[in-house]
Amino acid sequence: MSAVASREIPLRESALLQPRPKRRSWTRLILPTYTAIVIVYLMVPIFVMIIFGFNNTHGRFNLVWQGFTLSWYQNLFAIPDLTTSLINSLVIGVSATAVSTVLGTMIALALDRYAFPGKSALNLTLFLNIAAPEIVMGATLLALFIQLQIPQGLLTIFLAHVMFIMAYVTVTVRARLAGFDRSLEEAAQDLGAPPLITFRKVTLPLIFPGIMAGALLAFALSIDDFVTTYFVAGSVNTFPLWVYGATREGVPPQVNVMGTLIFAGGVLLALLNVAYQRRAAKLQ
Amino acid sequence: MEQPLRTDLPVIAGSRRRRRSIAPYLLSLPGAAWLLIFFLVPMAVTAFISLEGGDLFTGFTFSWNFSNYSQALSSYGPIFIRSLEYGLAATAATLVISYPMAYWIAFRGGRYKSVFLFLLLLPFFVSFVIRTISWQFILSDQGMVLGPLKELHLLPQDYHVLATSFAVIAGLTYNFLPFMALPIYVALERIDPRLLSAAHDLYANNVQTFLRVVVPLSIPGIFAGFLLTFVPATSDFVNASILGGVSSTMIGNVIQTEFLTNNDYPMASALSIILMVVLLIGVLLYARVLGTSDVTGVAEL
Repeated sequence: MSAVASREIPLRESALLQPRPKRRSWTRLILPTYTAIVIVYLMVPIFVMIIFGFNNTHGRFNLVWQGFTLSWYQNLFAIPDLTTSLINSLVIGVSATAVSTVLGTMIALALDRYAFPGKSALNLTLFLNIAAPEIVMGATLLALFIQLQIPQGLLTIFLAHVMFIMAYVTVTVRARLAGFDRSLEEAAQDLGAPPLITFRKVTLPLIFPGIMAGALLAFALSIDDFVTTYFVAGSVNTFPLWVYGATREGVPPQVNVMGTLIFAGGVLLALLNVAYQRRAAKLQ
Repeated sequence: MEQPLRTDLPVIAGSRRRRRSIAPYLLSLPGAAWLLIFFLVPMAVTAFISLEGGDLFTGFTFSWNFSNYSQALSSYGPIFIRSLEYGLAATAATLVISYPMAYWIAFRGGRYKSVFLFLLLLPFFVSFVIRTISWQFILSDQGMVLGPLKELHLLPQDYHVLATSFAVIAGLTYNFLPFMALPIYVALERIDPRLLSAAHDLYANNVQTFLRVVVPLSIPGIFAGFLLTFVPATSDFVNASILGGVSSTMIGNVIQTEFLTNNDYPMASALSIILMVVLLIGVLLYARVLGTSDVTGVAEL
Protein backbone atom coordinates (compact mmCIF):
# COMPACT_ATOMS: atom_id res chain seq x y z
CA MET A 1 0.00 0.00 0.00
CA SER A 2 2.68 2.43 0.97
CA ALA A 3 4.66 1.50 -2.12
CA VAL A 4 1.72 2.42 -4.29
CA ALA A 5 1.24 5.69 -2.50
CA SER A 6 4.87 6.69 -2.82
CA ARG A 7 4.67 6.01 -6.54
CA GLU A 8 1.60 8.16 -6.95
CA ILE A 9 2.51 11.21 -4.97
CA PRO A 10 5.34 12.88 -6.91
CA LEU A 11 4.32 14.24 -10.27
CA ARG A 12 7.14 12.77 -12.24
CA GLU A 13 8.21 16.03 -13.83
CA SER A 14 11.84 15.60 -12.87
CA ALA A 15 11.63 11.93 -13.78
CA LEU A 16 11.07 12.96 -17.39
CA LEU A 17 14.58 14.28 -17.47
CA GLN A 18 16.09 11.43 -15.48
CA PRO A 19 13.80 8.48 -15.99
CA ARG A 20 16.08 6.08 -14.21
CA PRO A 21 16.77 5.96 -10.49
CA LYS A 22 20.28 6.91 -9.46
CA ARG A 23 22.79 4.13 -9.63
CA ARG A 24 26.18 3.66 -8.12
CA SER A 25 28.57 6.08 -9.75
CA TRP A 26 30.94 3.66 -11.49
CA THR A 27 28.16 1.88 -13.41
CA ARG A 28 27.13 5.21 -14.89
CA LEU A 29 30.52 5.51 -16.51
CA ILE A 30 30.30 2.21 -18.39
CA LEU A 31 28.30 3.38 -21.41
CA PRO A 32 30.06 6.73 -21.93
CA THR A 33 33.46 5.05 -21.69
CA TYR A 34 32.30 2.35 -24.08
CA THR A 35 31.03 4.95 -26.57
CA ALA A 36 34.36 6.78 -26.39
CA ILE A 37 36.24 3.54 -27.06
CA VAL A 38 34.11 2.71 -30.12
CA ILE A 39 34.58 6.22 -31.50
CA VAL A 40 38.35 5.98 -31.03
CA TYR A 41 38.24 2.59 -32.79
CA LEU A 42 36.44 4.25 -35.71
CA MET A 43 39.13 6.95 -35.82
CA VAL A 44 42.22 4.69 -35.67
CA PRO A 45 42.65 4.10 -39.44
CA ILE A 46 42.12 7.83 -40.06
CA PHE A 47 44.89 8.76 -37.59
CA VAL A 48 47.19 6.22 -39.22
CA MET A 49 46.48 7.69 -42.66
CA ILE A 50 47.14 11.27 -41.52
CA ILE A 51 50.31 10.49 -39.53
CA PHE A 52 51.96 8.44 -42.28
CA GLY A 53 51.42 11.28 -44.73
CA PHE A 54 54.18 13.02 -42.74
CA ASN A 55 56.47 9.99 -42.68
CA ASN A 56 59.97 10.51 -44.09
CA THR A 57 59.97 7.10 -45.80
CA HIS A 58 62.43 6.17 -48.54
CA GLY A 59 61.51 2.71 -49.82
CA ARG A 60 58.42 1.66 -51.71
CA PHE A 61 56.59 0.68 -48.57
CA ASN A 62 55.36 3.35 -46.18
CA LEU A 63 55.20 1.09 -43.14
CA VAL A 64 57.76 2.17 -40.53
CA TRP A 65 57.98 5.62 -38.96
CA GLN A 66 61.21 7.29 -40.10
CA GLY A 67 60.83 10.88 -39.02
CA PHE A 68 58.73 13.91 -39.84
CA THR A 69 58.68 15.51 -43.29
CA LEU A 70 56.47 17.81 -45.32
CA SER A 71 57.97 16.67 -48.61
CA TRP A 72 54.91 14.61 -49.62
CA TYR A 73 52.80 17.72 -49.30
CA GLN A 74 55.29 19.61 -51.45
CA ASN A 75 55.46 16.80 -54.04
CA LEU A 76 51.76 16.05 -53.94
CA PHE A 77 51.41 15.82 -57.71
CA ALA A 78 54.71 14.01 -58.38
CA ILE A 79 52.96 10.83 -59.54
CA PRO A 80 51.19 11.72 -62.82
CA ASP A 81 48.90 8.63 -62.88
CA LEU A 82 47.72 9.29 -59.34
CA THR A 83 46.99 12.93 -60.16
CA THR A 84 45.07 11.91 -63.30
CA SER A 85 43.01 9.42 -61.29
CA LEU A 86 42.13 12.09 -58.74
CA ILE A 87 41.08 14.48 -61.52
CA ASN A 88 38.95 11.70 -63.07
CA SER A 89 37.26 11.13 -59.72
CA LEU A 90 36.50 14.84 -59.34
CA VAL A 91 35.21 15.22 -62.91
CA ILE A 92 32.92 12.20 -62.59
CA GLY A 93 31.87 13.19 -59.07
CA VAL A 94 30.82 16.70 -60.12
CA SER A 95 29.09 15.72 -63.37
CA ALA A 96 27.30 12.65 -61.97
CA THR A 97 26.21 14.65 -58.91
CA ALA A 98 24.81 17.47 -61.08
CA VAL A 99 22.80 15.13 -63.33
CA SER A 100 21.59 12.83 -60.56
CA THR A 101 20.56 15.77 -58.35
CA VAL A 102 18.32 17.18 -61.09
CA LEU A 103 16.82 13.80 -62.08
CA GLY A 104 16.49 12.59 -58.48
CA THR A 105 14.76 15.80 -57.37
CA MET A 106 12.31 15.55 -60.28
CA ILE A 107 11.42 11.98 -59.29
CA ALA A 108 11.00 13.08 -55.67
CA LEU A 109 8.57 15.81 -56.76
CA ALA A 110 6.58 13.36 -58.88
CA LEU A 111 6.37 10.82 -56.05
CA ASP A 112 5.49 13.38 -53.40
CA ARG A 113 2.92 15.39 -55.34
CA TYR A 114 1.03 12.91 -57.48
CA ALA A 115 -0.72 9.58 -57.39
CA PHE A 116 -0.19 7.96 -60.77
CA PRO A 117 -0.19 4.50 -62.32
CA GLY A 118 3.35 3.16 -62.23
CA LYS A 119 4.15 4.96 -58.98
CA SER A 120 4.54 1.77 -56.97
CA ALA A 121 6.71 0.24 -59.71
CA LEU A 122 8.92 3.33 -59.53
CA ASN A 123 9.06 3.11 -55.73
CA LEU A 124 10.01 -0.56 -55.92
CA THR A 125 12.72 0.15 -58.51
CA LEU A 126 14.22 2.83 -56.24
CA PHE A 127 14.17 0.45 -53.28
CA LEU A 128 15.79 -2.35 -55.29
CA ASN A 129 18.38 0.12 -56.52
CA ILE A 130 19.38 1.03 -52.97
CA ALA A 131 19.18 -2.55 -51.68
CA ALA A 132 20.95 -4.28 -54.60
CA PRO A 133 24.51 -5.43 -53.90
CA GLU A 134 26.98 -3.13 -55.62
CA ILE A 135 28.91 -5.99 -57.18
CA VAL A 136 25.72 -7.16 -58.93
CA MET A 137 25.08 -3.65 -60.27
CA GLY A 138 28.66 -3.43 -61.51
CA ALA A 139 28.71 -6.92 -63.02
CA THR A 140 25.32 -6.60 -64.75
CA LEU A 141 26.20 -3.18 -66.12
CA LEU A 142 29.46 -4.55 -67.52
CA ALA A 143 27.45 -7.38 -69.10
CA LEU A 144 25.26 -4.77 -70.82
CA PHE A 145 28.24 -2.76 -72.05
CA ILE A 146 29.96 -5.89 -73.38
CA GLN A 147 26.76 -7.03 -75.10
CA LEU A 148 26.29 -3.64 -76.76
CA GLN A 149 30.04 -3.36 -77.42
CA ILE A 150 30.28 0.00 -75.65
CA PRO A 151 33.95 0.67 -74.77
CA GLN A 152 34.47 1.11 -71.01
CA GLY A 153 35.88 4.38 -69.78
CA LEU A 154 34.91 7.73 -68.29
CA LEU A 155 31.51 7.72 -70.03
CA THR A 156 30.49 4.30 -68.69
CA ILE A 157 31.68 5.28 -65.18
CA PHE A 158 29.53 8.42 -65.41
CA LEU A 159 26.47 6.44 -66.58
CA ALA A 160 26.93 3.95 -63.74
CA HIS A 161 27.41 6.61 -61.06
CA VAL A 162 24.26 8.54 -61.99
CA MET A 163 22.39 5.22 -61.90
CA PHE A 164 23.37 4.31 -58.35
CA ILE A 165 23.42 7.75 -56.64
CA MET A 166 20.13 9.12 -58.02
CA ALA A 167 17.92 7.11 -55.66
CA TYR A 168 19.74 8.57 -52.65
CA VAL A 169 18.97 12.10 -53.86
CA THR A 170 15.32 11.14 -54.31
CA VAL A 171 15.07 9.73 -50.77
CA THR A 172 16.73 12.79 -49.23
CA VAL A 173 14.66 15.36 -51.13
CA ARG A 174 11.46 13.40 -50.49
CA ALA A 175 12.10 13.52 -46.74
CA ARG A 176 12.27 17.31 -47.04
CA LEU A 177 9.11 17.45 -49.17
CA ALA A 178 7.23 15.41 -46.57
CA GLY A 179 7.43 18.32 -44.13
CA PHE A 180 6.45 20.89 -46.73
CA ASP A 181 3.60 23.36 -46.16
CA ARG A 182 1.61 23.25 -49.41
CA SER A 183 -0.45 26.33 -48.49
CA LEU A 184 2.60 28.47 -49.30
CA GLU A 185 2.43 27.35 -52.93
CA GLU A 186 -1.31 27.85 -53.03
CA ALA A 187 -0.86 31.36 -51.69
CA ALA A 188 1.62 32.14 -54.47
CA GLN A 189 -0.78 30.80 -57.09
CA ASP A 190 -3.69 32.75 -55.58
CA LEU A 191 -1.56 35.85 -56.03
CA GLY A 192 -1.34 35.01 -59.72
CA ALA A 193 2.08 33.38 -59.95
CA PRO A 194 2.37 30.92 -62.85
CA PRO A 195 3.51 27.38 -61.89
CA LEU A 196 7.14 27.85 -62.95
CA ILE A 197 7.48 31.12 -61.00
CA THR A 198 5.84 29.46 -57.99
CA PHE A 199 8.38 26.64 -58.22
CA ARG A 200 11.37 28.95 -58.57
CA LYS A 201 10.36 31.51 -55.93
CA VAL A 202 8.57 29.35 -53.36
CA THR A 203 9.12 25.61 -53.74
CA LEU A 204 12.80 25.58 -54.68
CA PRO A 205 14.05 27.83 -51.83
CA LEU A 206 12.07 25.77 -49.32
CA ILE A 207 13.35 22.37 -50.44
CA PHE A 208 16.84 23.65 -51.21
CA PRO A 209 18.45 22.33 -47.99
CA GLY A 210 17.14 18.86 -48.89
CA ILE A 211 18.53 19.15 -52.43
CA MET A 212 21.87 20.34 -51.04
CA ALA A 213 22.02 17.41 -48.59
CA GLY A 214 21.12 14.98 -51.38
CA ALA A 215 23.79 16.43 -53.67
CA LEU A 216 26.47 16.21 -50.96
CA LEU A 217 25.54 12.60 -50.23
CA ALA A 218 25.59 11.81 -53.96
CA PHE A 219 29.02 13.41 -54.37
CA ALA A 220 30.40 11.52 -51.37
CA LEU A 221 29.08 8.22 -52.74
CA SER A 222 30.42 8.91 -56.22
CA ILE A 223 33.92 10.02 -55.28
CA ASP A 224 34.46 7.06 -52.94
CA ASP A 225 32.85 4.38 -55.08
CA PHE A 226 35.03 1.37 -55.70
CA VAL A 227 33.05 -1.76 -56.54
CA THR A 228 30.75 -0.59 -59.35
CA THR A 229 33.47 1.60 -60.83
CA TYR A 230 35.94 -1.30 -60.77
CA PHE A 231 33.71 -3.25 -63.17
CA VAL A 232 32.84 -0.52 -65.67
CA ALA A 233 36.10 1.49 -65.73
CA GLY A 234 37.99 -0.41 -68.43
CA SER A 235 41.55 0.91 -68.31
CA VAL A 236 40.59 4.28 -66.78
CA ASN A 237 41.56 4.85 -63.14
CA THR A 238 39.68 6.78 -60.49
CA PHE A 239 41.30 7.65 -57.14
CA PRO A 240 40.02 4.56 -55.23
CA LEU A 241 40.88 2.27 -58.17
CA TRP A 242 44.42 3.61 -58.37
CA VAL A 243 44.95 3.19 -54.62
CA TYR A 244 43.61 -0.37 -54.74
CA GLY A 245 45.89 -1.16 -57.66
CA ALA A 246 48.87 0.26 -55.76
CA THR A 247 48.44 -2.01 -52.71
CA ARG A 248 50.58 -4.70 -54.28
CA GLU A 249 53.59 -2.50 -55.03
CA GLY A 250 53.22 -0.35 -51.93
CA VAL A 251 51.03 2.70 -51.50
CA PRO A 252 53.01 5.96 -51.91
CA PRO A 253 52.70 8.60 -49.14
CA GLN A 254 51.03 10.97 -51.61
CA VAL A 255 47.92 8.79 -51.24
CA ASN A 256 47.93 9.51 -47.50
CA VAL A 257 48.27 13.21 -48.20
CA MET A 258 45.44 13.27 -50.74
CA GLY A 259 43.30 11.21 -48.38
CA THR A 260 44.09 13.67 -45.57
CA LEU A 261 43.23 16.69 -47.74
CA ILE A 262 39.96 15.11 -48.92
CA PHE A 263 39.15 14.28 -45.30
CA ALA A 264 39.92 17.83 -44.13
CA GLY A 265 37.95 19.36 -47.01
CA GLY A 266 34.94 17.10 -46.38
CA VAL A 267 34.91 17.82 -42.65
CA LEU A 268 35.25 21.55 -43.30
CA LEU A 269 32.35 21.51 -45.80
CA ALA A 270 30.16 19.55 -43.39
CA LEU A 271 30.92 21.96 -40.53
CA LEU A 272 30.23 24.98 -42.76
CA ASN A 273 26.93 23.41 -43.78
CA VAL A 274 25.97 22.91 -40.12
CA ALA A 275 26.93 26.49 -39.26
CA TYR A 276 24.97 27.81 -42.24
CA GLN A 277 21.86 25.86 -41.26
CA ARG A 278 22.15 27.01 -37.63
CA ARG A 279 22.31 30.62 -38.80
CA ALA A 280 19.38 30.14 -41.20
CA ALA A 281 17.35 28.60 -38.37
CA LYS A 282 18.15 31.55 -36.11
CA LEU A 283 17.13 34.05 -38.79
CA GLN A 284 13.79 32.32 -39.17
CA MET B 1 5.89 5.42 -67.03
CA GLU B 2 4.65 3.40 -70.01
CA GLN B 3 1.14 2.82 -68.69
CA PRO B 4 -1.75 4.68 -70.37
CA LEU B 5 -2.66 7.94 -68.70
CA ARG B 6 -5.69 7.94 -66.47
CA THR B 7 -7.65 11.14 -66.17
CA ASP B 8 -9.93 10.10 -63.31
CA LEU B 9 -7.42 10.26 -60.46
CA PRO B 10 -8.98 11.37 -57.20
CA VAL B 11 -6.23 13.82 -56.25
CA ILE B 12 -6.82 15.96 -59.28
CA ALA B 13 -9.40 18.67 -59.17
CA GLY B 14 -11.20 20.82 -61.70
CA SER B 15 -9.75 22.26 -64.87
CA ARG B 16 -6.13 21.32 -64.19
CA ARG B 17 -7.02 17.68 -64.55
CA ARG B 18 -5.42 16.93 -67.89
CA ARG B 19 -2.18 18.83 -67.53
CA ARG B 20 -1.58 17.56 -64.02
CA SER B 21 -1.99 13.96 -64.99
CA ILE B 22 0.91 14.25 -67.42
CA ALA B 23 3.13 16.13 -64.97
CA PRO B 24 4.30 13.17 -62.86
CA TYR B 25 5.38 11.32 -66.01
CA LEU B 26 7.25 14.32 -67.34
CA LEU B 27 8.98 14.70 -63.98
CA SER B 28 9.94 11.09 -63.49
CA LEU B 29 10.58 10.08 -67.10
CA PRO B 30 14.30 10.99 -67.41
CA GLY B 31 15.28 9.42 -64.09
CA ALA B 32 13.06 6.39 -64.54
CA ALA B 33 14.40 5.83 -68.05
CA TRP B 34 17.95 6.02 -66.68
CA LEU B 35 17.15 3.40 -64.04
CA LEU B 36 15.38 1.24 -66.62
CA ILE B 37 18.29 1.27 -69.08
CA PHE B 38 21.20 1.10 -66.66
CA PHE B 39 19.73 -0.86 -63.74
CA LEU B 40 16.81 -3.09 -64.79
CA VAL B 41 17.82 -3.92 -68.38
CA PRO B 42 21.34 -4.99 -67.29
CA MET B 43 19.73 -7.45 -64.85
CA ALA B 44 17.73 -8.93 -67.73
CA VAL B 45 20.80 -9.01 -69.99
CA THR B 46 22.73 -10.79 -67.24
CA ALA B 47 19.97 -13.37 -66.77
CA PHE B 48 20.13 -13.90 -70.54
CA ILE B 49 23.93 -14.28 -70.60
CA SER B 50 23.80 -16.68 -67.66
CA LEU B 51 22.01 -19.17 -69.93
CA GLU B 52 24.58 -19.02 -72.71
CA GLY B 53 26.83 -21.92 -73.64
CA GLY B 54 30.16 -22.13 -75.41
CA ASP B 55 33.54 -20.72 -74.42
CA LEU B 56 35.59 -17.60 -74.84
CA PHE B 57 37.35 -18.81 -78.00
CA THR B 58 34.38 -20.13 -80.01
CA GLY B 59 32.10 -17.41 -78.65
CA PHE B 60 29.12 -17.61 -76.31
CA THR B 61 25.68 -18.34 -77.72
CA PHE B 62 22.28 -18.45 -76.03
CA SER B 63 21.15 -22.04 -75.49
CA TRP B 64 19.03 -22.27 -72.29
CA ASN B 65 22.18 -23.63 -70.73
CA PHE B 66 21.05 -24.10 -67.12
CA SER B 67 24.19 -26.10 -66.40
CA ASN B 68 25.92 -22.77 -65.65
CA TYR B 69 23.80 -22.59 -62.51
CA SER B 70 24.41 -26.14 -61.36
CA GLN B 71 28.10 -25.75 -62.12
CA ALA B 72 28.22 -22.43 -60.22
CA LEU B 73 26.61 -24.02 -57.19
CA SER B 74 28.74 -27.16 -57.24
CA SER B 75 32.03 -25.28 -57.77
CA TYR B 76 31.36 -22.28 -55.56
CA GLY B 77 28.68 -23.50 -53.12
CA PRO B 78 31.10 -23.51 -50.16
CA ILE B 79 32.25 -19.98 -51.01
CA PHE B 80 28.63 -18.81 -51.12
CA ILE B 81 28.10 -20.32 -47.67
CA ARG B 82 31.31 -18.72 -46.41
CA SER B 83 30.26 -15.31 -47.72
CA LEU B 84 26.89 -15.59 -45.98
CA GLU B 85 28.66 -16.64 -42.76
CA TYR B 86 31.08 -13.73 -42.95
CA GLY B 87 28.24 -11.35 -43.79
CA LEU B 88 26.12 -12.58 -40.88
CA ALA B 89 29.06 -12.57 -38.45
CA ALA B 90 30.00 -9.01 -39.42
CA THR B 91 26.35 -7.86 -39.21
CA ALA B 92 25.96 -9.44 -35.77
CA ALA B 93 29.21 -7.83 -34.62
CA THR B 94 28.14 -4.37 -35.84
CA LEU B 95 24.80 -4.80 -34.05
CA VAL B 96 26.41 -5.83 -30.75
CA ILE B 97 29.04 -3.08 -30.92
CA SER B 98 26.76 -0.27 -32.04
CA TYR B 99 23.57 -0.85 -30.02
CA PRO B 100 24.90 0.19 -26.57
CA MET B 101 26.59 3.20 -28.14
CA ALA B 102 23.49 4.25 -30.10
CA TYR B 103 21.45 3.78 -26.90
CA TRP B 104 23.75 5.98 -24.86
CA ILE B 105 23.88 8.73 -27.50
CA ALA B 106 20.10 8.69 -28.03
CA PHE B 107 19.10 8.71 -24.33
CA ARG B 108 22.09 10.30 -22.59
CA GLY B 109 23.77 12.33 -25.34
CA GLY B 110 21.97 15.52 -24.30
CA ARG B 111 22.93 18.53 -26.33
CA TYR B 112 26.06 16.83 -27.65
CA LYS B 113 24.06 14.29 -29.66
CA SER B 114 24.93 15.91 -32.97
CA VAL B 115 28.62 16.00 -32.05
CA PHE B 116 28.63 12.25 -31.41
CA LEU B 117 26.77 11.62 -34.66
CA PHE B 118 29.30 13.72 -36.51
CA LEU B 119 32.14 11.66 -34.98
CA LEU B 120 30.36 8.47 -36.11
CA LEU B 121 30.23 9.83 -39.65
CA LEU B 122 33.89 10.87 -39.81
CA PRO B 123 35.13 7.58 -41.36
CA PHE B 124 32.99 8.33 -44.42
CA PHE B 125 35.23 11.26 -45.22
CA VAL B 126 38.08 8.83 -45.86
CA SER B 127 38.04 6.51 -48.85
CA PHE B 128 36.78 2.99 -48.13
CA VAL B 129 39.86 1.51 -49.82
CA ILE B 130 42.27 3.69 -47.79
CA ARG B 131 40.57 2.72 -44.52
CA THR B 132 40.89 -0.96 -45.39
CA ILE B 133 44.56 -0.52 -46.33
CA SER B 134 45.07 1.23 -42.97
CA TRP B 135 43.82 -1.89 -41.20
CA GLN B 136 46.09 -4.06 -43.31
CA PHE B 137 48.95 -1.87 -42.12
CA ILE B 138 47.83 -1.88 -38.46
CA LEU B 139 47.35 -5.64 -38.37
CA SER B 140 50.41 -6.57 -40.42
CA ASP B 141 52.65 -9.36 -39.12
CA GLN B 142 55.36 -7.07 -37.72
CA GLY B 143 53.06 -4.02 -37.45
CA MET B 144 52.22 -1.67 -34.63
CA VAL B 145 50.05 -4.20 -32.80
CA LEU B 146 51.64 -7.59 -33.42
CA GLY B 147 55.25 -6.35 -33.60
CA PRO B 148 55.61 -5.22 -29.96
CA LEU B 149 53.65 -8.22 -28.68
CA LYS B 150 56.01 -10.54 -30.53
CA GLU B 151 59.03 -8.66 -29.25
CA LEU B 152 57.79 -9.19 -25.69
CA HIS B 153 57.27 -12.89 -26.55
CA LEU B 154 53.61 -12.62 -25.68
CA LEU B 155 52.82 -14.06 -29.10
CA PRO B 156 54.65 -16.72 -31.11
CA GLN B 157 56.76 -15.37 -33.98
CA ASP B 158 54.62 -16.95 -36.69
CA TYR B 159 51.36 -15.61 -35.26
CA HIS B 160 49.39 -13.62 -37.82
CA VAL B 161 46.02 -11.95 -38.13
CA LEU B 162 46.05 -11.07 -41.82
CA ALA B 163 44.91 -13.75 -44.26
CA THR B 164 42.53 -15.22 -41.68
CA SER B 165 38.73 -15.24 -41.53
CA PHE B 166 38.98 -13.07 -38.44
CA ALA B 167 40.77 -10.30 -40.34
CA VAL B 168 38.12 -10.27 -43.08
CA ILE B 169 35.20 -10.25 -40.64
CA ALA B 170 36.90 -7.54 -38.55
CA GLY B 171 37.43 -5.42 -41.67
CA LEU B 172 33.80 -5.83 -42.72
CA THR B 173 32.66 -4.99 -39.20
CA TYR B 174 34.74 -1.84 -39.13
CA ASN B 175 33.68 -0.66 -42.57
CA PHE B 176 29.95 -1.13 -42.08
CA LEU B 177 29.62 -0.20 -38.38
CA PRO B 178 28.22 3.33 -39.00
CA PHE B 179 25.58 1.86 -41.35
CA MET B 180 24.25 -0.14 -38.40
CA ALA B 181 24.73 2.51 -35.71
CA LEU B 182 22.96 5.37 -37.49
CA PRO B 183 19.56 3.74 -38.23
CA ILE B 184 19.46 2.27 -34.70
CA TYR B 185 20.22 5.70 -33.28
CA VAL B 186 17.44 7.25 -35.39
CA ALA B 187 14.93 4.65 -34.15
CA LEU B 188 15.98 5.02 -30.50
CA GLU B 189 15.98 8.79 -30.69
CA ARG B 190 12.32 8.76 -31.74
CA ILE B 191 11.26 6.90 -28.58
CA ASP B 192 9.27 9.18 -26.30
CA PRO B 193 11.03 9.20 -22.88
CA ARG B 194 7.60 9.28 -21.25
CA LEU B 195 7.13 5.68 -22.41
CA LEU B 196 10.10 4.70 -20.25
CA SER B 197 8.62 6.56 -17.29
CA ALA B 198 5.32 4.82 -17.92
CA ALA B 199 7.03 1.43 -17.89
CA HIS B 200 8.71 2.27 -14.58
CA ASP B 201 5.40 3.47 -13.17
CA LEU B 202 3.95 0.10 -14.10
CA TYR B 203 6.66 -1.56 -12.01
CA ALA B 204 8.92 -2.65 -14.83
CA ASN B 205 12.54 -2.80 -13.77
CA ASN B 206 15.33 -1.53 -16.00
CA VAL B 207 15.86 -4.85 -17.78
CA GLN B 208 12.16 -5.33 -18.46
CA THR B 209 11.82 -1.76 -19.70
CA PHE B 210 14.72 -2.30 -22.05
CA LEU B 211 13.56 -5.66 -23.39
CA ARG B 212 9.86 -4.91 -23.67
CA VAL B 213 9.77 -1.22 -24.56
CA VAL B 214 13.08 -0.04 -25.99
CA VAL B 215 14.06 -3.08 -28.10
CA PRO B 216 10.66 -3.56 -29.82
CA LEU B 217 10.52 0.14 -30.69
CA SER B 218 14.01 0.03 -32.18
CA ILE B 219 13.26 -2.89 -34.53
CA PRO B 220 12.73 -0.70 -37.62
CA GLY B 221 16.22 0.71 -37.02
CA ILE B 222 17.71 -2.76 -36.58
CA PHE B 223 16.03 -3.83 -39.81
CA ALA B 224 17.38 -0.87 -41.74
CA GLY B 225 20.83 -1.44 -40.24
CA PHE B 226 20.68 -5.12 -41.17
CA LEU B 227 19.81 -4.27 -44.76
CA LEU B 228 22.51 -1.61 -45.05
CA THR B 229 25.14 -3.90 -43.51
CA PHE B 230 24.37 -7.49 -44.47
CA VAL B 231 23.90 -6.96 -48.22
CA PRO B 232 27.11 -5.01 -48.86
CA ALA B 233 29.14 -7.07 -46.36
CA THR B 234 28.15 -10.39 -47.93
CA SER B 235 28.89 -9.22 -51.45
CA ASP B 236 32.08 -7.32 -50.61
CA PHE B 237 35.39 -8.33 -52.14
CA VAL B 238 37.68 -5.48 -51.08
CA ASN B 239 38.13 -6.64 -47.47
CA ALA B 240 38.69 -10.25 -48.52
CA SER B 241 41.22 -9.23 -51.12
CA ILE B 242 43.18 -6.76 -48.95
CA LEU B 243 42.89 -8.41 -45.51
CA GLY B 244 42.13 -12.03 -46.41
CA GLY B 245 44.01 -14.91 -47.95
CA VAL B 246 43.26 -17.87 -50.21
CA SER B 247 41.21 -19.60 -47.51
CA SER B 248 38.98 -16.57 -46.91
CA THR B 249 37.92 -15.84 -50.50
CA MET B 250 34.40 -14.48 -50.79
CA ILE B 251 31.87 -14.76 -53.58
CA GLY B 252 32.59 -11.20 -54.67
CA ASN B 253 36.19 -12.19 -55.40
CA VAL B 254 34.96 -15.13 -57.49
CA ILE B 255 32.56 -12.97 -59.54
CA GLN B 256 35.31 -10.43 -60.06
CA THR B 257 37.80 -13.08 -61.21
CA GLU B 258 35.34 -14.88 -63.49
CA PHE B 259 34.21 -11.62 -65.07
CA LEU B 260 37.39 -9.58 -65.37
CA THR B 261 40.20 -12.16 -65.41
CA ASN B 262 38.77 -15.40 -66.83
CA ASN B 263 36.17 -13.60 -69.00
CA ASP B 264 33.77 -16.49 -68.35
CA TYR B 265 30.73 -14.24 -68.72
CA PRO B 266 28.03 -16.95 -68.47
CA MET B 267 29.49 -18.29 -65.22
CA ALA B 268 29.98 -14.81 -63.75
CA SER B 269 26.42 -13.87 -64.75
CA ALA B 270 24.98 -17.01 -63.16
CA LEU B 271 26.90 -16.25 -59.95
CA SER B 272 25.64 -12.63 -59.92
CA ILE B 273 22.03 -13.73 -60.39
CA ILE B 274 22.34 -16.35 -57.62
CA LEU B 275 23.88 -13.79 -55.25
CA MET B 276 21.15 -11.24 -55.99
CA VAL B 277 18.36 -13.80 -55.49
CA VAL B 278 19.88 -15.24 -52.30
CA LEU B 279 20.31 -11.79 -50.75
CA LEU B 280 16.81 -10.66 -51.75
CA ILE B 281 15.28 -13.82 -50.27
CA GLY B 282 17.34 -13.29 -47.12
CA VAL B 283 16.18 -9.71 -46.77
CA LEU B 284 12.51 -10.56 -47.39
CA LEU B 285 12.61 -13.50 -44.93
CA TYR B 286 14.18 -11.25 -42.34
CA ALA B 287 11.48 -8.63 -42.98
CA ARG B 288 8.79 -11.26 -42.40
CA VAL B 289 10.37 -12.49 -39.18
CA LEU B 290 10.60 -8.98 -37.79
CA GLY B 291 7.12 -8.14 -39.05
CA THR B 292 8.34 -5.14 -41.00
CA SER B 293 5.86 -5.42 -43.84
CA ASP B 294 6.69 -2.04 -45.29
CA VAL B 295 10.11 -2.90 -46.66
CA THR B 296 10.23 0.21 -48.79
CA GLY B 297 9.99 2.30 -45.61
CA VAL B 298 13.61 1.43 -44.98
CA ALA B 299 14.66 3.65 -47.81
CA GLU B 300 13.24 6.64 -45.97
CA LEU B 301 15.93 6.44 -43.29
